[in-house]
Parts: sequence; structure tokens; C-alpha cells
Amino acid sequence: MSIMTWTYIIVGASFALYLSIAWMSRVKDTKGFYVAGGNVPALANGMATGADWMSAASFISMSGIISFMGYAGCMYLMGWTGGYVLLALLLAPYLRKFGKFTVPDFVGDRYYSKAARTVALICAIFVSLTYVAGQMRGVGIVFSRFLEVDVNTGVYIGMAIVFFYAALGGMKGITWTQVAQYGVLIFAFLVPAVAISLKITGNPIPQLGLGGSIVEGKDAGQFLLTALDRIGTDLGFAAYTTGFTGPGAKPMLDVLAITMCLMVGTAGLPHVIVRFYTVPSVRAARISAFYALLFISILYTTAPAVAAFARYNMVDSLNGVAYKSAPSWFTNWQKTGLIAWIDKNGDGIINYSYGPAFTGKLAFTGQDGQYGQPLIKNEPTTNKNELYVDNDIMVLANPEIANLPAWVVALVAAGGLAAALSTASGLLLVISSSVSHDLYFRMINPQASEKTQLLLGRIMIGVAVCVAGYFGVNPPGFVAQVVALAFGLASSSFFPIIVLGIFWKRTSREGAIAGMIAGMGFTLLYIIQTKFMGVAPWFLGISPEGIGTVGMVINFIATVAVTMMTPPPPAHIQDLVENVRIPRGAGQAAAAH
Amino acid sequence: MDTNGHMQHAAPSGDTAKADNDAKMRRYWQRNLRYMVVLLGIWFVAGYVLSIFFVNQLNAIHLGGFPLGFWFAQQGSIYIFVLLILAYFILMDRLDKEFDVHE
Repeated sequence: MSIMTWTYIIVGASFALYLSIAWMSRVKDTKGFYVAGGNVPALANGMATGADWMSAASFISMSGIISFMGYAGCMYLMGWTGGYVLLALLLAPYLRKFGKFTVPDFVGDRYYSKAARTVALICAIFVSLTYVAGQMRGVGIVFSRFLEVDVNTGVYIGMAIVFFYAALGGMKGITWTQVAQYGVLIFAFLVPAVAISLKITGNPIPQLGLGGSIVEGKDAGQFLLTALDRIGTDLGFAAYTTGFTGPGAKPMLDVLAITMCLMVGTAGLPHVIVRFYTVPSVRAARISAFYALLFISILYTTAPAVAAFARYNMVDSLNGVAYKSAPSWFTNWQKTGLIAWIDKNGDGIINYSYGPAFTGKLAFTGQDGQYGQPLIKNEPTTNKNELYVDNDIMVLANPEIANLPAWVVALVAAGGLAAALSTASGLLLVISSSVSHDLYFRMINPQASEKTQLLLGRIMIGVAVCVAGYFGVNPPGFVAQVVALAFGLASSSFFPIIVLGIFWKRTSREGAIAGMIAGMGFTLLYIIQTKFMGVAPWFLGISPEGIGTVGMVINFIATVAVTMMTPPPPAHIQDLVENVRIPRGAGQAAAAH
Repeated sequence: MDTNGHMQHAAPSGDTAKADNDAKMRRYWQRNLRYMVVLLGIWFVAGYVLSIFFVNQLNAIHLGGFPLGFWFAQQGSIYIFVLLILAYFILMDRLDKEFDVHE
């Protein structure tokens, strides 16, 4: 059977599964809608958190980025896992004990202030929207390649599906759908990884294959990483395993800032934090943080292996090869506009080396060149590189590059969709509950009935889907980069004031508000300047993806400074802080609401 | 009379019990903070010291086909993170029971 047929079967079957789970777990009350009734078993919550967490960026883009970056890719790997240590030790158990529905709930109650709640609310919506935009783009890319539709049509299909199960089942539906999606995405990620590891290194475990040696071809007998170091430097790139030196390498300070920003951002992301409200106890919150990271680490330790295999395969099968005899995956992927070849020296051979092949955003003329290659409108650059490969295709094209059977290619499509849709649904719920619960119920109309709140929650999911879809059609950058910005905003807004709120009783509302505004204001300004206005990164050369670390420090300093100048919080707030530090009695907190 | 006597008697002992309990909770919190600081120290060493600050120096050492610094950055640190959370869960589970604050 063809790739197309397999894709329809596997993607169709997985969607049928998600939709039937959503239908079976549909909800009628706000507690089910916002926190799945607060009784999800820790193991299931760990899986759901894993699926919620591992987005289109983790599944589709991350390996591609690591593949091009080599060593420096560690900032994504460590950043997106190390944050769970912070989450498990500093936040999750206390937020569970506090036991309300959302992050703005905690901020609003801890800082006894409507203003603080409002600032937290705006941050939550902003962070979630930035993040969800990247997911919708991921959905579009997967659909466009595998169902051979336009990227935009792919985004619309994704919007319709995610709206259906998020609106119907709320948090409860999302949680159980995500458990299924975790299964699909991890299986889909591991099957090709194992097959490729076996093929290149003879070792079926990708984590070990990464350190193994190549079994066939001209590099046979060499360690894979040694071969990659050599191939990289031969073509003018930095050595694959070395940090901070060579063309295009990131300086240590930047790697440090980005890693820290992604870690702290992970711990401050509203759609992850809210997951710890859905378990029955503080103990369950602690253990589900462990399960979550365990399930996540299966993908995150496989990804660097996939990255190395993909890089080796790509260079091996393309560089120095005549376009006419280029492998079929290369010509297949040209249709998506994510890969291109520009024959600079007119020799008909694909030459790959360091540097961009052309200037501007890739655009095809619609005509074919003398070797049958689609011609592009862009101006060529003066370097020798003739090849353009979008980061986002590395994982998706990998099974084709390694000549795996058609059903594996289809499986990867289903996995990519599971990753993107599960994260998108978790984020949509945060946006919806922020507006319907924090804004409408807590601030505008506290008398609203359950029915009104639920209806508003569902309408808000619809609105959020449309906004997300708009950004999916008009993306502001690479999938993983857009997501990285959400981390900057999360780390500079929530993380410091939640941590201080738990560990420093004295923290006052004035301090928290000043901290959030200062931290997030700085981060936002820097990102807008450097990403959208073309200003060069001016703060110690730190790139916009890492600036959230500086924003976090500013937030901490501003919160502490303003707290010292303002009166301490009232006695009942100090009692509340004492209370969240003790695990016993967590069962009642959410019910009392 | 009996009520008054009872109240006069009960008030101080209630205060003592509350003070005892407060002191106990302070000790519980101190222990929790100590675990946290030690585990976060390991987190920092694995994620930053071994994987970023000294990556190129550690790369001189090889672990099979892995340069050691690169292995910590892209593999080892993640395994350590998983173990840290498990360790925290086990330590806190024991601590909760010792101080009788478990659910």
C-alpha cells in the first residue's frame, strides 16, 4: 500500500480513538471541565502531562534543530526536562495543596489583590496564545505533507478536531485523550528511531546507538559521533560534539541563558502547572511529576540520537550527489516548499556546506530547471552552500531518508499530529478557563451559574481556536522558536512570584505586581525589538530565546525591593502560606471552593 | 464554676500544644528545605557545571563512542533529573509520615 493510504488508515484510526474517548468522558460541571474532577490517577496524569508537554516542537522540530546545532541542542533537551525538577520541588506539591482551578487563582488569592489576578490572567492568556500558535503550524505542516493538502487547509482541519474534543470534554476529556495520544506519539517516535539506530549502528537502542559505531558504508567502523565531527568540520560547520567554538556556534553565556530560560519557563507554564491540580493529593502531585518526567525522558533521550542519525543520513545521501540521482524523499519534500536546491556552480551536483544558500524567505518560480529541479525566486548568496533544508522536516522525512516501510511514515504523521493536538488542547483549556473562570466568574459575575460558566468556557475555546488558527496560517517564525518565546514570557512573569509566594511569607502584593510587570515588560520589549524590529540583541548578546532568564532576575529583584518598601501581607495570607506548606488536608481545598 | 475552672485549666495547655505543633512544623519545613537545597545542588552540577561550563574539558574523556561532556549535555543530565524527582518523592514521603502530616 502507498504512504497515502497508510496515512489515511493510521491517522483516521487514531482520531476515531481520541474522539470516542472525548465523547465518553464529556462533562457537565465546572470542576470536571477545569480540573477533571480532581481525581486523575498519578500514572495517567503523568502520561497526560507528557503528551500535553511534548508538543509539535518536541516531536517535529526539536530533533531537526539539534541535528543542525550539534552540542548546543542540549539547551532544548536539558531546558525542557530540567524544568520538571524545579516544578516537582518548588511548585507542584504546594499548588496542589492550595487546590483551586488556575494559576491566576493562586496569584490572586496569595497576593490578595484583583490587580495581581488581572496581571496573572493577562500573562496566562498571552503565554498560552504564543505557544498554541506554534502547535497549529505544526499540525498544518504534518497534514500538508501526508494528506497532500495546502498547509493552511491542514491548519483548518486541526482546528476543527481540537475544538470538538476540548469543548466537549473539558479537562476530563483532554486528560484521557492525552493518555491515548501519549501512547501514539511515543510509539511513533520510537519505531523509526529504533529502526534507524539498528540500520546505522547495529544497536536497537537509540540512546546507545548514538555512542555506537557505523556498520556500513565509507565510514564503517568509526564512532558515529567522531564521523559527524569530521564531516561537520570538512563542510565548514562547527564540530558536532564541541561547544561554543566554530562557525555558527552559540557562546557559553547564551547557551546558559537559553537553558535556564527554558527550565524556569517549563516550571511557569500555566498549562503544565494546572496539571497538578487534577490529581487527588499532594503525594500524588509529587509522584506524578516523576511519572511525567519519566515518560518525557523516553522521547528526550531518543531525540538527540535521531538528530545525529538524521544528520549523518542527510549529508551522506545528498552531499556530492547529482540532482538527477537524488533520493526520492528529496524530490517528494520539495513539494512542501520546505526543502530546496539552487545549482550555483551549474554542475548539477548538490553541494552542502556552511551558510545560507540564498537570502530571504523561500519562494518558487513555478518553473523547472535543466535537471528538473524547481527553480526559486530568491537571490543566491556568495557561499558554496546550495542546499536549503527546513529544521521541521528532519523527523518527518527521517523514515523516508532511511527507506523505512510506508506504514512507518504514516505512523510518524499520526504521532506528530498527536503531539501537536494534545498540547494545543491543553493550552486552549487554559485560555478558556482564564477567561471564563478567572475573568468572568471571579471578577465580573460571581453569581454566574455552573451552566453559564460552562457555556462561556466552551465559547472561549472556540474563540481561542480561531486566534490560534490565525497564527498557524500566518506564523511568526520556526515552530520551536515561537514556542521558545512563550517560555521567555512564562519565566519572567509567573515563576518568581509563585516561588516567593510559597517560600517567603513576607512577599507583598505590591511586590508581586511590580515584579510581574517589570520582568515581563522587559522580556517583551527585548523580544519585540530583536525579533520584529530588527534591533541586534543588545543585552550581553543574549538571544531573544534566552532573555527570559534576565527577565526572571529582574522580576525577583523588583518583587523583593518593592516588598521591603510596602507593608507585610495580612495575617490570614501568612496563615494560607503556612497551610500550603503542610500536605495534610489537600482533599478539601478544591471542594471548599 | 466548673466551666470556668475547666477553661482556666485548658487555655494554657492548648497554647502549649499549639506552640509544640508550631515548633514541629518549623522542623518539618527546615528538613524539607534541606532536601530541596541538596537536590537542587545536584541539579545545578549536572545541568550547568558538567554539561555547560566544563563541556569541552570533559569531552577529552571518552565513554565508548561518547565524548563525556557531550554525553552529559544530551543524555546523562536527563537521567539525573528523573532520579532527582524520584529521590524527592521518596524522601518527602518518609518525612510526611515521620511528622504525621501525610494524607
